[in-house]
Amino acid sequence: MTDFIKRNKLFSIYTALVILIVLVAIFAPYLTPQDPYDGDMKNVLQTPSAEHFLGTDKLGRDTFSRIIAGTQVSLFMTICLVILLSIVGLVVGITSGYFGGKIEMILMRLADMMLSFPGVVLAIAIAGILGGSTVNTILALLIVGWAKYARLVRSLVIKLRNEDFVVAARVNGTKTINILLRHILPNVLPMIVITGAMDIGTMMMEIAGLSFLGFGAQPPTPEWGLMLNEGRQYIQTAPHLMIFPGLAIFIVVAIFNLWGDSLRDLLDPRQE
Amino acid sequence: MKRLGNRLLQMLVTLIGVSFMTFCLAYIAPGDPAAMLLESADTIVSEEILQKTREELGLDKPFLVQYGNWAAGVLHGDMGMSYSAKKPVIEKLSEGFVGTLLLAVVTVIFVLLISIPLGIWSAVRQNKLPDYIVRFFSFVGVSMPNFWLGLMLLYVFGLKLGLFPIVSSSITLKGLVLPALTLAIYQSAKYVRQVRTVILDELHKDYVIGARARGLSETTILFRHILPNAVLPLITLLGMSIGWLLGGVAVIEIVFAWPGMGNMAVRAIMMRDYPLIEGFVLWIAVAYMLINFLVDLSYSYLDPKLRKGEAA
Repeated sequence: MTDFIKRNKLFSIYTALVILIVLVAIFAPYLTPQDPYDGDMKNVLQTPSAEHFLGTDKLGRDTFSRIIAGTQVSLFMTICLVILLSIVGLVVGITSGYFGGKIEMILMRLADMMLSFPGVVLAIAIAGILGGSTVNTILALLIVGWAKYARLVRSLVIKLRNEDFVVAARVNGTKTINILLRHILPNVLPMIVITGAMDIGTMMMEIAGLSFLGFGAQPPTPEWGLMLNEGRQYIQTAPHLMIFPGLAIFIVVAIFNLWGDSLRDLLDPRQE
Repeated sequence: MKRLGNRLLQMLVTLIGVSFMTFCLAYIAPGDPAAMLLESADTIVSEEILQKTREELGLDKPFLVQYGNWAAGVLHGDMGMSYSAKKPVIEKLSEGFVGTLLLAVVTVIFVLLISIPLGIWSAVRQNKLPDYIVRFFSFVGVSMPNFWLGLMLLYVFGLKLGLFPIVSSSITLKGLVLPALTLAIYQSAKYVRQVRTVILDELHKDYVIGARARGLSETTILFRHILPNAVLPLITLLGMSIGWLLGGVAVIEIVFAWPGMGNMAVRAIMMRDYPLIEGFVLWIAVAYMLINFLVDLSYSYLDPKLRKGEAA
């Protein structure tokens, strides 16, 4: 353990920071100094002070508490999205890569369609038309994003399909489902974990962007993108309302990006 | 030639698929477009008028017939009427397109001015101080939400220093600077890494060693030998970012109240103006694919090796 940390100093530091963010997200309800939902109408739009570390918003809610609570919302949405993307990618990629034929053609045509189109536009349209909510945001980004994962898995599976150990398993009469679960899946998983980890930052930013436009989390949810949008109206009187939620997104996204990059360097030494 | 045909077929399939999907969404979405159209016109809504409007709009027909009618209209250059603006969708789209195109062009110029010199600088001084500085700023730019960056620039340069207008509801040169800069910083942060990689790749090739051995100066090697070879991959990357700029800049247009297509689309979605949304998505799909297609064509035109391959 200490040996591993010594050899991978940067990765260990980033992992520690990621764990810290995850802990903040999990224990958010116990870490907020004030109620993130309940405001004090006598103290609206206060600038940062000793009592309100990062000031208060238009309803007198403590910005710091809302940012802490927002960690939970943002991280939960992002993790859900990335896990769903991986699952859809694995199922579609393995089915089309291992079995081939008509299913492969249809699925890959669909994937090509999604890839040859700017996803953000479609995500805005989908989330907007379905109505803004956390579930619809995740759904919209899932519809737009699965193709990249599916393509990646498929290309790996096609390579694996004719490897000796898979052929041997097939000749031995192993059930197809067991081949897929025991031989194909474990060999595809690392790549998917890397891709997912590297995407966490981007996805978090896109979720915040949709919320910022009003097509994501709805008030009074303490979501960072939504807080930025609410704070935008007070750019003159209370700039802290837009500075701090954005800073929170920036810091967390940066940490996840650094962590994703170093995880890739660690697990996949072929790439520089 | 066969590849070209396949490519066009794929583009057609994508267009149909994407427009069909938007159409489905609008169909299953809550809210009755006929009622919304009437309410926005301040008509007293009775069941009878509702029925009549539905018939006029063709909303009483089965879903596939509706889609067929719409697609046939598009082929004739008619994308229907916008509910909210009471104007043909085409007209609304072209209004917004001017703003978006202008923003995209200025952004691309900024991106080139920022990322090419910085990318070259960091590649030539690989693993030295300039390289670290450029890479650090590139990392910061990629991790920063661009709508937040836009708001900060607006706050500092628009509000505190008063150099630029805070709201640019009409197209002005001054109003263009901040949104273009915001987009360019984000894009350059990505692009500068790619420029660096491309230049580094070229730097390690044999012909560079050969040129050095012949005693050519580093500047000559850089500008006469490396850059011409690096142009091709850079064009592809740039083409992709133009496509992105034409479609995905809604957030920035909203931040700066810039009168472009993204701004228009977000408002259309809020007002449930389905014909306008459908038109917008289709327009973006066409523009994006057309640009990628042109980039590919320019690739095979600019690269003599590919040109030969095509003739053979």
